[in-house]
Amino acid sequence: MDTQLTLDQVKVGDALPELAIDVNPTTVVLGALAARDWRPMHHDKDFAQERNGTKHVFINTPHNAAYFERYVTDWTGPHGRLGKIQFRMKDSVFPGDTMVFHGNVEGVETDDAGCGWVQLRLWLSVGDKTTTECNARVAVPAREGDNPWKRRGDAWKP
Amino acid sequence: MSDVPAEVQGWIGQKRYEEQGEFDVERGYIFTSCASVENGNPIFWSDKAANEVTDGPIAPPTMISVWFRPHHWAPGRSEQAQPLQVHFDLKEKLGLPEAVMTDNTITFGEPVRPGDRLKTWQVLRSVSEPKTTKLGAGRFWVIDVVYENQDGGWVGTESYTGFGYRRD
Repeated sequence: MDTQLTLDQVKVGDALPELAIDVNPTTVVLGALAARDWRPMHHDKDFAQERNGTKHVFINTPHNAAYFERYVTDWTGPHGRLGKIQFRMKDSVFPGDTMVFHGNVEGVETDDAGCGWVQLRLWLSVGDKTTTECNARVAVPAREGDNPWKRRGDAWKP
Repeated sequence: MSDVPAEVQGWIGQKRYEEQGEFDVERGYIFTSCASVENGNPIFWSDKAANEVTDGPIAPPTMISVWFRPHHWAPGRSEQAQPLQVHFDLKEKLGLPEAVMTDNTITFGEPVRPGDRLKTWQVLRSVSEPKTTKLGAGRFWVIDVVYENQDGGWVGTESYTGFGYRRD
């Protein structure tokens, strides 16, 4: 099994390793179709320019979410379980951009059910511009042998 | 809010468009989604890892909206079905032909598994006063989407903030 982070290995202020992705039209279209999002601004450049006033097709909301999920669980390992994710798209990401994911640990806690939680501040940048700001709450094993995915009902408080 | 049509004001807080997904959760889309972001998490690619960690295969949690997005075409359908229909209703009723999503919050419950058939409904939470952004003049709105599995188990809630606008 791949890397596995446990709560005792995390502290406030820790930085997640950056992740850079070069975006091309296929990146945008693949993400839109994987999300079953058929809206033309995610595959038709003319439509995006003429109707949305953007310079090109752009990455859609669920694709953005999927990238943040991947970024978080690349760091936690497979036992990391997302409880909540919130993001604000301040600007769009277009073909030709290199988008870079960044993150910091803002909080570490164990809830009253014994679940270990890490609060993350994440952001996505293109050049010197932040295009998306994100907060994520992810459960990681409170100790070796713990597994957040086994939690059900009142033991899961996302 | 006074200049928001009464019909739209009446939608606020109401449970609308309760519906079942058009197909079962399936692994083909799970693999396609993981490939689209190069997500190599073994719980999505390896049965052994999935059995050990998640008691069998699951879908990436952030795929939750995928399972209720309608087919682009289906027999007998005369108009294209829209996901998040409340969003499109607002565009029409408020006369705002363009729209983008600005904020998305997702809270995750029970894992979604291949073979599940999800149920969903939408609730309009708010409509803003008129605003002008670099895209144009319009309004923001907040829509919640709640998801359950076939056993009535809560699997997640999404909250979208949309901005509907007119390019003048």
